Amino acid sequence: MEGLGFYAFGALALVGALLMVTSRNPLHGVLWLVASFLGLAGLFGGLGAHFLAAVQILVYAGAILVLFLFVVMLLNLRPDDLTRMPSFSVRGGVGGLILGAGGFAAVVGAVVLGTAGFDREVSALAPLEAGAAELAVPLFRDALLPFEAVSLLLLAAIVGAVALTKRRLP
Amino acid sequence: MTPVLAALPPVTVQHYLLLSALLFAVGLVGVLFRRNILIVLMSLELMISAANLALVAFSRVHGNLQGQVMVFFSIAVAAAEAAVALSLIIALFRTRGGVSVDDAAELKG
Repeated sequence: MEGLGFYAFGALALVGALLMVTSRNPLHGVLWLVASFLGLAGLFGGLGAHFLAAVQILVYAGAILVLFLFVVMLLNLRPDDLTRMPSFSVRGGVGGLILGAGGFAAVVGAVVLGTAGFDREVSALAPLEAGAAELAVPLFRDALLPFEAVSLLLLAAIVGAVALTKRRLP
Repeated sequence: MTPVLAALPPVTVQHYLLLSALLFAVGLVGVLFRRNILIVLMSLELMISAANLALVAFSRVHGNLQGQVMVFFSIAVAAAEAAVALSLIIALFRTRGGVSVDDAAELKG
């Protein structure tokens, strides 16, 4: 059953990612990325990270991508804007394919050669269920200072976003 | 259903790591291949998520939760990054009237 979940959610994540990268209309891209992130949330759940699966849906697929949708609609791009603009860059595409294939080959080599227990079946590993209660101690006790620092970072991001987009009042 | 399920190889941690590398590569190709700056930013988010998947897989194989705490922070940083980057895109659209990466090529040597 776990195997089926991996293949189903993994295919959803991968197909969503590929369709996002190749979609001409950014609105369709956002929606495909939502599908991809839902697949990733399923994979997190399959690895026992139940809290992160919920956060992935709430924060990523919910909040961040809704922000993307807001901006796509706010910009109000007309269809001829999209067709006039060259959508793909050939040089960048060749470079990206070479870099992406090289990086993937490096990870394949590292995973296959240096198997530090990575060839074990997931279902044979010691159980690790991480709901909100299990994650609370390492997050709020051991990582309290980084947690507070993240709140400052978010505040800075809010102030920065408002300052960047504010229109000058007459 | 059952014969199909039995024919699939059992899922190891390698499977998760390879899927994560594949998603990262797709995101990297998207960043370099696309000209629409919104899609470039979405590909960047995809790369961050692929790294998160690898971190969760490492957390699972080592049996401790530090990797998942790292993913939590990574998601928070990605949210901050998305907010600032989207406001930059709006500012770019107002000054240049477009959302292509070519609209911001003034610093190109």
